[in-house]
Amino acid sequence: MKITSSKTEDLFIVQIEGEVDASSSIDLDTVLDKALANNELKILVDCEKLSYISSAGLGVFMSYIQDINEKRIGFVLYNVTDKVHNVFRILGLDQLLNFEENKEKAIKKVNELSN
Amino acid sequence: MNYQIKISCSKENLKVIRDFVNTSLAELEVNDQESDVIVLAVDEVCANVIIHSCNCDINKNLELELKKEQENIVVKIKDSGLSYNPIEHKSTSLQEIVETKRKGGLGLMLVNRIMDKIEYRVEKTFNICTLYKHVSNFSIL
Repeated sequence: MKITSSKTEDLFIVQIEGEVDASSSIDLDTVLDKALANNELKILVDCEKLSYISSAGLGVFMSYIQDINEKRIGFVLYNVTDKVHNVFRILGLDQLLNFEENKEKAIKKVNELSN
Repeated sequence: MNYQIKISCSKENLKVIRDFVNTSLAELEVNDQESDVIVLAVDEVCANVIIHSCNCDINKNLELELKKEQENIVVKIKDSGLSYNPIEHKSTSLQEIVETKRKGGLGLMLVNRIMDKIEYRVEKTFNICTLYKHVSNFSIL
């Protein structure tokens, strides 16, 4: 798995590439932990190249939901493939996180959520 | 046809396991959608075995056997680590996981939702977990 992050104006964008499983989820956790510690308020997660996610990856997202809600952080996942989205759906996590189909819609949503 | 693999208990081998299950299911003509969730369930059980039962000890092995029995895919996972019966696992609610900011606890929840039946038994020094999934739409060649 490869994970990159960038900052454009007030948007913090995380790109995940490859497979997030029990051996690699720690890297995703490190990036998100740092983003929240830096008080990022608009976080976008580009999942276009995320080809697989297991519960270890789902658990990382779950562990930040409370902070995201309390701090009114805009947190949106976008470009998620059907295969990956289905994993969130099996447990109903698609209802607890925000998903948008592309970057444009994700930016719009993140702005709504963080205001 | 019976597919088998034996690998050491390192987290990096989860990728090897997923590739093995994926390839075996493709040979058995299981369609992609059903194959994807079976791969996920096997990954979850193996991750638990490697991390919790075997403490990522690369001197320990995990054996996996996959076969088709009538319209069922049957996956047997055997290890010699600490016993942990997934059937006795008490699942917590999503709400509780969110509130306590826990990162674990979702794996077995996924396995239970995906698979039709889970069996667990201890045989001498081995733990054997068997997963069953009815597969209706074997893809037509």
